[in-house]
Amino acid sequence: MTTASHIEPPAADVVLAARNIAKIYGSTHALKGVNFDVRRGKVTALFGENGAGKSTLMKVLSGVITPTSGSIELDGGRVAFNSSTEARDLGISIIHQELSLAPNLSVRDNIFMGRELRTATGVDFAEEARQARALIADLEEEIDPLTLVEDLRLGQQQIVEIARALSVNSRILIMDEPTSALSATEVEVLFRVIRDLTSRGVSIVYISHHLEEALQVTDYAVVLRDGAITATADAKDIDLEWIVRHMVGENFDLGSPPTNYEFGDVALSIEDVSVADPSGSDNALVDHMSLEVRAGEIVCIYGLMGAGRTELLECVAGRVPMTGGRIFIGGEEISRLSIAERIAKGLALVPEDRQRDGLVQTMSVGANLSLASISAFVRGMLLNRSRERELINKSIRNVRIKTEGASPPIGSLSGGNQQKVVIGKVLATGPKVILLDEPNRGIDVGAKAEVIRLLGERAAQGLAVVFSTSEVAECLSIAHRIIVMRRGRISAQFGSNVTKEEIMAASGEAVVGGPSRRAKL
Amino acid sequence: MSVTDTSPTAKRMRLGAIGDNFDLARLLLEGRAFFALIVIVVVFSFLSPYYFTVGNFLTMATHVAIFGILAVGMLLVILNGGIDLSVGSTLGLSGVVAGFLMQGVTLNAVGVVLFPPVWVVAVLTCALGAFVGLINGVLIARFKVPAFVATLGVMYVARGVALLITNGLTYNNLGGRPDLGNTGFDWLGFNRLLGVPIGVVVLVIVAVIGSLVLTRAPFGRWLYASGGNERAAELSGVPVKFVQVTVYVLSGVCAAITGLILSSQLTSAGPTAGASYELTAIAAVVIGGAALTGGRGNIRGTLLGAFVIGFLSDGLVIIGISSYWQTVFTGAVIVFAVLLNAVQYRRRVKPSGSTDGPSTSQQQDGAARKADPALEKTAG
Repeated sequence: MTTASHIEPPAADVVLAARNIAKIYGSTHALKGVNFDVRRGKVTALFGENGAGKSTLMKVLSGVITPTSGSIELDGGRVAFNSSTEARDLGISIIHQELSLAPNLSVRDNIFMGRELRTATGVDFAEEARQARALIADLEEEIDPLTLVEDLRLGQQQIVEIARALSVNSRILIMDEPTSALSATEVEVLFRVIRDLTSRGVSIVYISHHLEEALQVTDYAVVLRDGAITATADAKDIDLEWIVRHMVGENFDLGSPPTNYEFGDVALSIEDVSVADPSGSDNALVDHMSLEVRAGEIVCIYGLMGAGRTELLECVAGRVPMTGGRIFIGGEEISRLSIAERIAKGLALVPEDRQRDGLVQTMSVGANLSLASISAFVRGMLLNRSRERELINKSIRNVRIKTEGASPPIGSLSGGNQQKVVIGKVLATGPKVILLDEPNRGIDVGAKAEVIRLLGERAAQGLAVVFSTSEVAECLSIAHRIIVMRRGRISAQFGSNVTKEEIMAASGEAVVGGPSRRAKL
Repeated sequence: MSVTDTSPTAKRMRLGAIGDNFDLARLLLEGRAFFALIVIVVVFSFLSPYYFTVGNFLTMATHVAIFGILAVGMLLVILNGGIDLSVGSTLGLSGVVAGFLMQGVTLNAVGVVLFPPVWVVAVLTCALGAFVGLINGVLIARFKVPAFVATLGVMYVARGVALLITNGLTYNNLGGRPDLGNTGFDWLGFNRLLGVPIGVVVLVIVAVIGSLVLTRAPFGRWLYASGGNERAAELSGVPVKFVQVTVYVLSGVCAAITGLILSSQLTSAGPTAGASYELTAIAAVVIGGAALTGGRGNIRGTLLGAFVIGFLSDGLVIIGISSYWQTVFTGAVIVFAVLLNAVQYRRRVKPSGSTDGPSTSQQQDGAARKADPALEKTAG
């Protein structure tokens, strides 16, 4: 299958090429000898699930990181760059998913940030403004160069980011998820800009989770899976199904839902829960959602970025304030309780970003593991250290953390083992319901399988498990029930016998410009 | 953005690689406050015959006690990732209030003058310190005022109140009168327990309690956790607001205790006492290896830091170096200590990306999102 529909372009068409690029982080092979061509004046879309290596490849091409082995060819000649500045000087710019603009500065100052036009006495603001205006006019936008970036809509900020890239004469523009924060009209503007750029000879690499959208704008499609290119094709010859098939792979098995036991009573019940957008927009992040999960049941919440999965789970855990609705654990209302009280009632959350929300980096493995259940081994006023050690050792064994005891700093573990520490920490509180927000984000396939197996085991012992994911393959692993979220609502519910295509269609992944245009799946 | 993302990682890796081969360097680095103290004692003992004597060590220890107790309170605040600039003023205010109480409280309504016994004065003064700390804590935890600004404001207010109480003057008579039953205020400053000055005994008690709390009590674990990563601590059920308020209260109490000892040592309570002591306390904590970002540090290091500063400045006095030079030396030691902290903590952070490819990008995303909350909201 790897060789399926692979086409070799004529060498002259290729402006930038990755040759046998490999990137190894510790024991993880993020890229395994990738050959990737960027074609002159064309759009090349790169597809792949989270963790497939898309971002790593783009960072290699834009000089952000240096590959472990392999080479990069620009216009047929070998080049090496050690920083993104060097890459930019050669005409390669990257626009990150999170824009890197200074919101407190004007459009003009952002475009010329770090390479201000000098005069004898200072900065030539007039000339900068003139050039900025010209660049933006080229992109068919009307933005006053003196406007502060924070006053612009996100779509306009993206235009500014593109203008900045063009201002250094970029010939190759890498766009990482450029549409994830844009409205439908802004997407159309962006696509017009992209076509205009290609007609001027700029080559574009386009990365997006919105498959059909990407398919609309791209000339070539390249699919990456587990650090290797699985397929390359002319966009005219392929459809969504082709992309999904190569993205997900056929032989990806993360197990099946645990059976041969009965579900218990309703463990978690969410009634009509809403979470308002803190920025004040009318679109609620979670919009009157209701959900019941029984003891022993595993429910997967699937949705794209911004669908409201994280907000829902954080609201249930007590981190994000609820603007309406009620939440019950085992029939007992917990809507007004603090996070600590909810933990005591048997609710635990494994947050999405383990570095930011899951771990205390300054503490040891053991202290992280016991943090949430400290009250269990207080004797008098002091901690009973032998009981704490017992609990920590038990957690390390149960969750199978690869560590040399409890004392190494948490940062010395691999990503997968760090994630297991977070899971071990919340399991140590003896929860009835465990919520996991993207538990498999950023961990390798082996650790992924272990985490999923662990959840299956716990569910069979009566734990209610709710986990969210943006990877379809994970939905189809151990979940008894799959909930698809879209714009804060449940857009579909499936049993475990659903297909990938049905899930993706319900999430809006394969739909563009509203639900009226269904994907041809 | 991309440039700044990569270079520290590379540097960390290099430092890590060096560290594996140089255990001596690491030992010196980790025990630097201890070695610095030894160096100071040895050098000054050579320079002056009076330095290495029991009498001198006891005198220096009394000086150290003042900064040491303040520094223990400061350590708690810094472990939480905060800063308490108000301790010097709180110290001064506490001394003044203690002096005021010693002069007798006139109750006009009843027409009597109350002379509280010394222990009542001490308790009330500590309560005052706790109250000042509570104001700090509530401003910071409840109203989200940055710690630097909140405690800076309280620093001015407390100093002003102390000046108002005495109208700028100093209480010189703290002795009390036997017939009123309020003698004994000088006990804290002058008495000795088994030859050890009471101030030093108090420091030891404070340090032991602090050490127990930090290493053995749940509160200590909460403090390290919320200082290391407040979001993670909160999600683990740690009462982060309570912890935050409490550390400022405890810091205030430490300042009040110091105020009592200092005014007892000086046998006078002046409104300007303790000015800039907060900076010395911060310096002691930093020299002791604590990170100003929170989550790292311990009592042992902080005490060593206090001893380094105290023994250094007293040594300079003994060998007759001008006080201007003393300031320069103390400053240089602080800068050097912070420099070493930076080296130590940079290499301790393992490059997480090295074991796990995809998470690197995730962390960077996280960092980027943190840097721009507005973007986060819109992006989802």
